[in-house]
Amino acid sequence: MPAIKLTRRYRFSSSHRLHSPALSEDENRRVYGKCNNPYGHGHDYLLEVTVEGEPDPVTGRMFPLALLDALVGRVVLEPMDRRDLNAEIDEFASLVPTTENLAAAVARRIADAWPHFLPGAAARLDKIRIHETKNNIFQIRATDPAVRPPAVEAEQRQRVTK
Amino acid sequence: MYGDEANPRGHGHNYVLEVTLDGHADPVTGMIIDLKEVKSILEAEIVQPMDHRNLNHEVAPFDSVVPTAENLAIEIWRRLEPRFASTPARLHSIRLHEGEDLYVDYEGPR
Repeated sequence: MPAIKLTRRYRFSSSHRLHSPALSEDENRRVYGKCNNPYGHGHDYLLEVTVEGEPDPVTGRMFPLALLDALVGRVVLEPMDRRDLNAEIDEFASLVPTTENLAAAVARRIADAWPHFLPGAAARLDKIRIHETKNNIFQIRATDPAVRPPAVEAEQRQRVTK
Repeated sequence: MYGDEANPRGHGHNYVLEVTLDGHADPVTGMIIDLKEVKSILEAEIVQPMDHRNLNHEVAPFDSVVPTAENLAIEIWRRLEPRFASTPARLHSIRLHEGEDLYVDYEGPR
């Protein structure tokens, strides 16, 4: 049977502040600019989860989509939506919540929970992408050593006008 | 398995199909393929037989195959791939959006 990639989109809104304790106040302001604002700021993140697998010959699906929704809900949306990433998410207690680091954390959470929510599913996590804004999109593959940290390709979207 | 999508009376989607073709730009025209030809192939093979139709009842093989987005993408590939074989372009991949929050990518049988 042929391999198909299926992508599902989810949305969550969180606040964060980009500030590294390893840098001085001045260096933090220089590196992170507006994102270093001491009171934080927020994003409406768009998360794309891509899975690859073979549709079952009987059902035409790799697995019930409700199982993927439950997984992403439990490990990403419920803990992160309307939360302060710096203060409320364990990974960012000592790690700057850039979207590079957020993508790696989200991918790790999904990969770790996969066997519990989708045991024996004929599909695997392929990659995730997080749109921080419509112009800044971050992608990480499930095979990336950063589903041990942190190697993420940041993509500056090209604008095409027709 | 299917939740709301198993409603016996069916339901509909506004599908969006993206077709990616692979090829070399012709040195004279600067084009891989004439886009008018692409449009007419897509119209004849996909839009005309599937648009505003009941997939389960009116479009083979979905009388016997469940018309999930996955299976629809596979069927669209089967219909398009041979049609581009006689053009300068090759079918590289298709992306079928079922709605705003779900799409599938297919690059043909491997």
